[in-house]
Amino acid sequence: MSSKTSIPFYRNPAVRGLAAQLTALILVVWALYTIFQNTVTNLRERGIQTGFDFLDQVAPFAVGFSPFIEFKLGESTYWTVFLIGLQNTIIVSVLGIIGATAVGFLVGVMRLSPNYLLSRFALIYIEIFRNIPLLLQIMFWYFAVFLPLFPSPRQSFGLADGVFLNNRGLYLPKPIMGDGIGIWALGLAIVIGIIAYVMFVRWAKKKQYDTGQRPPGRVYGLLTLAGLVAFVFLVFDSPLTFQIPELGRFNLTGGAHFPLPLFALWFALTTYTGAFIAEEVRGGIKSVSHGQTEASESLGLPRPKMLQLVIIPQALRVIIPPTINQYLNLTKNSSLATAIAYEELVALWAGTALNQTGQALVIMAITFAVYIGLSLTTSIILNWYNKRVQMVER
Amino acid sequence: MGNISLISGAIAAVTLASMPALGATLDDVKERGSLKCGVDGGLPGFSAPNDAGEMTGIDADVCYALAAAIFGDKSKVTFTNLTAKERFTALSSGEVDVLSRNTTHTLTRDVTLGINFTYYNYIDGQGFLVKKEIGVSSATELGGATVCVQAGTTTELNLADYFRTNGMEFTPVTYDTSVQTREGFDGGSCDVLTSDKSQLAAIRSELGDPDGAVILPETISKEPLGPAVRQGDDQWANVVRWTLFALINGDELGVTSENADELKSGSDNPNIKRLLGAEDTMGEHLGLSNDWALNAIKAVGNYDEMYTRNITPLGLEREGSVNALWSKGGVLYAPPVR
Repeated sequence: MSSKTSIPFYRNPAVRGLAAQLTALILVVWALYTIFQNTVTNLRERGIQTGFDFLDQVAPFAVGFSPFIEFKLGESTYWTVFLIGLQNTIIVSVLGIIGATAVGFLVGVMRLSPNYLLSRFALIYIEIFRNIPLLLQIMFWYFAVFLPLFPSPRQSFGLADGVFLNNRGLYLPKPIMGDGIGIWALGLAIVIGIIAYVMFVRWAKKKQYDTGQRPPGRVYGLLTLAGLVAFVFLVFDSPLTFQIPELGRFNLTGGAHFPLPLFALWFALTTYTGAFIAEEVRGGIKSVSHGQTEASESLGLPRPKMLQLVIIPQALRVIIPPTINQYLNLTKNSSLATAIAYEELVALWAGTALNQTGQALVIMAITFAVYIGLSLTTSIILNWYNKRVQMVER
Repeated sequence: MGNISLISGAIAAVTLASMPALGATLDDVKERGSLKCGVDGGLPGFSAPNDAGEMTGIDADVCYALAAAIFGDKSKVTFTNLTAKERFTALSSGEVDVLSRNTTHTLTRDVTLGINFTYYNYIDGQGFLVKKEIGVSSATELGGATVCVQAGTTTELNLADYFRTNGMEFTPVTYDTSVQTREGFDGGSCDVLTSDKSQLAAIRSELGDPDGAVILPETISKEPLGPAVRQGDDQWANVVRWTLFALINGDELGVTSENADELKSGSDNPNIKRLLGAEDTMGEHLGLSNDWALNAIKAVGNYDEMYTRNITPLGLEREGSVNALWSKGGVLYAPPVR
């Protein structure tokens, strides 16, 4: 037998694999190129002007809600409008994630409670909120519940000194920073107070290890913080003043204003996503072996302590991965806000700005990029946290 | 709705990216056998379904007249309801052939959106609807108010301009559709609702308590509303423009849906004969039959009949308004058919 017979190159698996991948790549690039060319040609033929120039133009419309970015009618540009939309999306998403997590944990734990009433209540809650379309819920809470329920600005509910609730939203006293040395002292007092709090908690923990007795470290910490802040207010001349909302001809003016649509949207996102998270919490807790419950019961741990110290830490590794999905869904669902006039990214940027400029391609591309960016950021943060709580197997 | 406008925006972006080159719209329409017409669909007087589910209103009539001019049959039209935000991408992506949706003619829209305006079927102006309990009698007293407005309209821009030039502050509450805007105002999410005056009358009549709201006297803008077509198809633009002119000329010449057939054979007026196709071949120049204007007027009546049927019930008289003919003190002026 001669060993001269060599394998032809087209039967070499490595070469074939490479060729297949190259072909696929060329096809994809060609498809993208065709789409791009087609777009450019079509836009030119239709006389549609496109580009990024409009970002520097002054936006000719007003923006209602922007707590951190200043919008000045007649001076702010479309770029500012984009930033405001992004800001408002992030605000409602972060508030929604916090709210949904709290509701989800509470209801999930209630669902497994030995108390019949509690667990039935949780079951009904989950089944109702999970199974009704979110858009319907948002419009229901806004148009059918909060708008008619809350009074007009003249008859605002006064919740506390300077805190008002009406059908325009929630009004709080707005902190105005003094310009003297007082504000720096206040900042310093808060930083020192927080450090003191952390040190007290650590000290309490160590004491518990050493002696078995745990001193109330948190209380000491909070007292120190409160004492320092009170001291600054006594010594310095008004480091921080509060602007109280007052009734004008139409509205309450001054103070910090959280519009009703934000509240309604936050409420709807929280209750809806909370129902999903509750089920994930239940699944997570169920996944912890029953032996753990029995063991902690035989140690004499009361139920809250048992959940906090034994069950939840082990359940978290099961709960977190699906909960990341819920957080991403919540962020994307916030775009349903257009129905109730909350000015987030889709309403303000992909809605009003798109329509006033006609720049559909550029604006939609930016919007897609933002949502991808937000989702990836959320995933990265939570994946990092997930790694930390994973059980270390030995 | 949020997701719908997001989707429609996305579709518009994708359609622009994948559409083949422009064709001749008139040929496409004839081949398809029906006209695709974009309307609001929820605005009494302009375009709203009646009890039988048929689209009615002065904007819808423009499309019925076009269908009659092209096919000789006013029923050959398909209506698509569009929000203010969706309308231009729907037109430029070819989803509709003509946009007859109370759309204001402005320079930006004409020049940068790839669309062309033809003429006007209603000339409007923006006003304010206010809750009576506030006790405001003039728009100049509105400083500090919260104002409900529909997203993506010229209304939104005029509102900003008006308050800025008068040195007043305001908070906008921006809804997606005119129905949501009305519900928001009715529910108390704002003190003032702003829109074109023709719409304010209709909106007020649909409030829970119509007597609790008043329309302020000021008109703060010019809103010439009319049908728009895609840029770059002059033949189609001519068909739409001259069909509208034919309706207005019919009004001027006294040709109505009732007497049109009779006048075609019986009139001695050469202007009427040319319009109705008894003399000359005006329709053929347009790429239509010579009966085009006759059919259009028989389908929906002349402009005055359209106005009386649709706009007068809103409480807006034509006599003495800008929408009267030029010869009667208004501004509607159609070039001659010759």
